[in-house]
Parts: sequence; C-alpha cells; structure tokens
Amino acid sequence: MSPVLLYLSFLLFALGVSVVLTKRNAIVVLLGIELILSAAILNAIHFNQQFPDRMDGQLFALFIIVIAVCEAVVGMSIIIRVYRYYQTAVPDQINELNER
Amino acid sequence: MSIALYFFAGLSAAAALGVLLFRQVLYAALSLLACLLSLAGLYIVMQAEYIAVTQIIIYAGGILVIILFGIMITSRLAGKPMQVSTQYPVIGSLLALLIFCALVLSQPAVTSHTSDFSTNHWQRAGRWLMTEYALAFETTGVLLLICLIGAAVTAIYQRES
Repeated sequence: MSPVLLYLSFLLFALGVSVVLTKRNAIVVLLGIELILSAAILNAIHFNQQFPDRMDGQLFALFIIVIAVCEAVVGMSIIIRVYRYYQTAVPDQINELNER
Repeated sequence: MSIALYFFAGLSAAAALGVLLFRQVLYAALSLLACLLSLAGLYIVMQAEYIAVTQIIIYAGGILVIILFGIMITSRLAGKPMQVSTQYPVIGSLLALLIFCALVLSQPAVTSHTSDFSTNHWQRAGRWLMTEYALAFETTGVLLLICLIGAAVTAIYQRES
C-alpha cells in the first residue's frame, strides 16, 4: 500500500516543478505551486500513518493548507495589480528595467 | 479499499499531468480541480477525513474560485480562450524527471499501519488542535487576517488622476 502514495507524491512534486519552470503565465505558475504543496500534504498524511496514536502529520497538513491559501490569495492579488498596471499577466513582458 | 486507493491515485496523477499538458489556462485550472478532488478522496481512504473535508472546502472551493476569477480578470481578449506558452520545455521537463528519479532512488522505507476504524478521528483532531497545537492554531488565524488585509490593500482599485 505504501509505495504507491510515495510515488504519487514524487510525481506531483516533479510535475509541479516542471509547471513552474516551463510555463510563462503567472497564473499557471501558481497552479504549479499548488501541486508542489499538495505533494507535501500527501507526504505529511502518509507519514502520519506510521504513528496511528498521534496526529501531528494530519495537523501539519491542515496548517500547510492554510499557508497555501494565504500564498494563493496574495499571489493572485499581486498578479491582478500587475495586470492592471502593465496590462499583462506574463512576467516576461514586464521588462521596464530591461536595458534597451 | 486498495482498489479505491489505486483509483484515486491514478486519477490524481492523470489530472496533475493535465495541468502540465493543457495549453488553455482554464483547462489547466479545471484539471487542478480534478486533481485536488481525487486527492481528497485519497485522504478519505487514508482515514484522514478531517483533511479531506478541509481540502474540498478550502482548495476546491476557495483557491480554485480565486484562480478562476483571476483567469477571468486577466484574459484581455474577450471571447478568445487564454493560451499559455512554454519556455525551455525540454530543460524543464528533464530537470523535473531528474528530481523524480532522485526522489525515487532516495526514498525511505515506510511501513504503514492501518488504524482501527472505530476511532473517532474528528474528536481526536479537535482535541489535538485545542491542546498541543493551540498556539499554532491561533497564530494561523492571525496569519489569515494579515493575509486578507494585505491582499485587499494590494488589489484595491485606485483611480490615477
């Protein structure tokens, strides 16, 4: 039962890193960060199963979810602010400080 | 029990792959929604019902709504779906594959015990949250308040005169 969940969390983490590295839109980068945090939550709950009389892992997962909410909200507000100023959500097109 | 575990695991893996492969941002967001919902099902199979319900309410109900509103606001060309282009697809995928292989090669040995079903997980979670993790709980509330105020101040509409 256990190796499947470990492999799933590895896969989620690798896919999240790949999304963060390769996508250009800032919103899709946020989606990749959510995937990475989901891998962390899955690992926390899975390792908690080793100690059935404690609940540290599950509560860590709860706090990770709350942190993920804060990150998504602040990131999305920054994206909306940047979009209103530069009329784009693609970070590569914001090159005001670029020397050209 | 094992069939449900494999089903939800495969579903979430496929949906996570969809986040990487879809070119339209809306489809990627909906694919992430499917991934998070199947992960919630997986948590129920792993007897973490508290986290599963929290995942459905907060992730699928909260974060995805925020992201969908963000897509709606930042899509400039109305009537045309927002596409996302990729940069360095080969290098990024190779790096992710390298990370995956390194994690697989260095995985710890995990033996999972299955606790009995008679335990009331909700009661236990509430008791732990109010005793050992009370400080972290309160601090998280303060963090949420700060985050709410900060996001509202950051995204507020200011008319430049």
